[in-house]
Amino acid sequence: MLRFLVRRVLQAIPTLLILSILVFAWLRSLPGGPAAALLGDKATPEKIASLNHVLGLDQPIILQYFKFLGRALTGDFGNSLVSAQPVMGEIGTFLPATIELGLSAMIIAIVLGVPFGYIAARFRGGVPDNVIIVLTLVGVAVPVFFLGYAMQDLLAAPLGLPSQGRQAPGIDATSITNFAILDGIMTSEWDAVWDAIKHLILPAFALATIPLAVITRITRASVLDVFNEDFLRTANSKGLTQSVIRRRHVLRNALLPVVTTIGLQTGALLGGAVLTERVFNFRGLGFLLAEGIERRDYPRLQALLLFGALVYVLVNMLVDISYGIIDPRVRVR
Amino acid sequence: MQQLRLTRTRRAALIGFAGVLAVSLTACAESKRDEAGGGGTGGTMVFGDTGNPKMFDPAFNDDGETFRITRQMLDTLIQNKQGTAELEPSLATKWEPSNDGKTWTFTLKQGVKFSDGTAFDASAVCYNFDRWYNMKGAAAQSQMIYYGDVFEGFAHNEGDASGDPVYKSCEAKDPSTAVINLNKAKGAFPAAFTLPSFAMQSPTALKQYDADKVTQSGDSFTYSDYAYKHVTGTGPFKFDSWDQGKGEITLVRNDSSTEPAKLDKLVFKVIPDENARKQALKAGDIQGYDFPAPQDYGLLRNEGEQVLIRPSFNVLYLGINQSGNPKLKDPRVRQALAYGINREQFVKSKLAEGSEVATEFVPKAISGYTDDVTKYPYDPAKAKQLLAEAGASNLTLKFYYPTEVTRPYMPNPADTFTSISEDLKNIGITIQPVAEPWNGGYKDDVQKFGKQDLHLLGWTGDYNDAGNFVGTFFGREKKEFGFNNPELFNALAQADGSPAGDAHAKAYQNVNKMIMDYLPAIPIAYPTPAIVVGPKIKGVVASPLTDERFNNVTIG
Repeated sequence: MLRFLVRRVLQAIPTLLILSILVFAWLRSLPGGPAAALLGDKATPEKIASLNHVLGLDQPIILQYFKFLGRALTGDFGNSLVSAQPVMGEIGTFLPATIELGLSAMIIAIVLGVPFGYIAARFRGGVPDNVIIVLTLVGVAVPVFFLGYAMQDLLAAPLGLPSQGRQAPGIDATSITNFAILDGIMTSEWDAVWDAIKHLILPAFALATIPLAVITRITRASVLDVFNEDFLRTANSKGLTQSVIRRRHVLRNALLPVVTTIGLQTGALLGGAVLTERVFNFRGLGFLLAEGIERRDYPRLQALLLFGALVYVLVNMLVDISYGIIDPRVRVR
Repeated sequence: MQQLRLTRTRRAALIGFAGVLAVSLTACAESKRDEAGGGGTGGTMVFGDTGNPKMFDPAFNDDGETFRITRQMLDTLIQNKQGTAELEPSLATKWEPSNDGKTWTFTLKQGVKFSDGTAFDASAVCYNFDRWYNMKGAAAQSQMIYYGDVFEGFAHNEGDASGDPVYKSCEAKDPSTAVINLNKAKGAFPAAFTLPSFAMQSPTALKQYDADKVTQSGDSFTYSDYAYKHVTGTGPFKFDSWDQGKGEITLVRNDSSTEPAKLDKLVFKVIPDENARKQALKAGDIQGYDFPAPQDYGLLRNEGEQVLIRPSFNVLYLGINQSGNPKLKDPRVRQALAYGINREQFVKSKLAEGSEVATEFVPKAISGYTDDVTKYPYDPAKAKQLLAEAGASNLTLKFYYPTEVTRPYMPNPADTFTSISEDLKNIGITIQPVAEPWNGGYKDDVQKFGKQDLHLLGWTGDYNDAGNFVGTFFGREKKEFGFNNPELFNALAQADGSPAGDAHAKAYQNVNKMIMDYLPAIPIAYPTPAIVVGPKIKGVVASPLTDERFNNVTIG
């Protein structure tokens, strides 16, 4: 297992390096550029050119890249052009919100998706199956921002749920870790915990829609595959009860592709979070990223995209490890 | 054992699901609206901002989001009368130029203190002027956009700064008299003294927190702690905190101000998404926000919110690039375009209430505006005739317009494009549309490269001076318009150098007439952006310059 881990870590280094080149080259190939975005309406071509000169953006791109890499290796990703704050500090400040939101969305997606998928498979062709299939299709097809706006307009007021932000303005909660719920629990500020949970509900459900639909469909397909396996006949003939067969044989064997999907969906959550956080003014990394793209904030975008890539690589490693736990055959290989 | 573990998992899942449901249901019982603050004086107003401020030292800033916050904390020598672009006393009770316009004498209000307890007097004024002029370092100077524009240069130009400085020196004759000496007269004065960038800051605090230290790290800038936490002025509010995670900037009443605010606290909450701002207002999380979409005005009013329309201080124009298609050099073709556009109809059907058809490139509130210019009322027959006379009946034009953007002068660029291009098609012009994202090369293509024949753009004024509009557009040869008219360029330079007062206004009136005869582009409309506040908020006066000061705000 250790060798496997070391190999994966070593593989991650060139992956991140290549990604850094791609991100760097892509950002610099975009028309517009940070100087124009920074100077706003008052930007004249002359002002843009001179600010580009001051920022060093008129130097050869290779030189710019190596300067960036040199600083990045020491952990210095520069300051955001929008907020003038160190980018690494910003990531630290905003990451907890995204983890809170992403985790809630994944919990919703798994807690609802796996049973829905199982039920659909179990009643294949029946009413529950058809209803679930239609709902998952809708879930995948509806864009997150549309769903977000619809939830804000239609659900927020009737359910009494806040439609934007992470915290009500009146709540002045103590901030220790920047995880709103955790901070509230640590300081026994139960109003703040409750407030944070309320603020999470709508964005978490909006963000959960796509992973929920995907997990439901994968679970359904996977369970159906297992239903057709020979070993179920053996289990049946051994006289095991149906509930034991379902849990021990069907679910356990059907879980492998589901875990892969969960891993991939977790990585993809950052993409969904960009829109969800923006629509709900939920100030996490997605919010930072959206603002960074609008304002062509190179330092922030470079750091965030590489951070996203790092998360993706890490999640994939975790998925591989969890394979070994769920299916011992993988470990032996 | 296996069985037990699965049971636990299932139980946990059920509990989790039940929890989510319970949260949803209990939340239904919660009250929808928690109004902040009490009645009369005191209380807190939360205002929804469209974007992050950069930091709070206004000398290094040029964006509206930052200025909205700094103008609540820092006063300028002269200010705009609330609701208008007229000048009125602020820290200076009187200001007088010399005959040649090269010396400005400011008589200062007495008994004023900065929020750190130090006195505001003539030496503080001189300290601020000298600070800007003597600013060192390419990074710092490159951030001082307005100083560079208005004062044209520094004691020692560094990096991209160039030009001969307008500023010469400042003398503190006595504590309440500051005299600014200039190397040449500048038409932008005195209006430019109202710019938030030229607000007075405490010399003690500036020195204590090393405010001038702006450094560049890679492709970004770092400012001193002063700019983030210690900005110190004489205004009705003072800085309290900036929570980056929550996107909230909190100001508290400055009790040492000669006119402290009525509110206890003023919070700015950054909510970039317009719909989210609307939702936050409806929920009572914020008590006001900027730039509601015109299509929401009715809805917002129906819900009891106050939509305050700002008098127009901007202009939307159709740019004509004469170096694109040679036919555009013919004045008859440019006139035909102007006669061919039904601006009345466009303004009525596509722009927010209060918007008007533009007859020249400066809005009515600006000194230098004149009604006595050549006008081009909608007349498609005349347009066709002019095109025929110019031998341009089969004209094909590349028409650039921006996407992914909303500007105060152009709430919906695609709509604007469609409306104008339909009119132009009606007079026989073939339009080749080119849509480009605002931050994705649009401005580069039209302003730097001049790839277009026609384009849409506009301008929001910074201060009450016609030069800030027409000088910016037509003061010199530019790729955007592709013409060289030395007569016009000279007239603009002379108007800019004419001393303040009637002569200055007259000079710009003449320039405006020249421009509308020459017609280098077509002014389309003076749109009116709005600001919206909740039903209980009193004392917000919509400003043409988006210069709303919240010192008199109370929550009823």
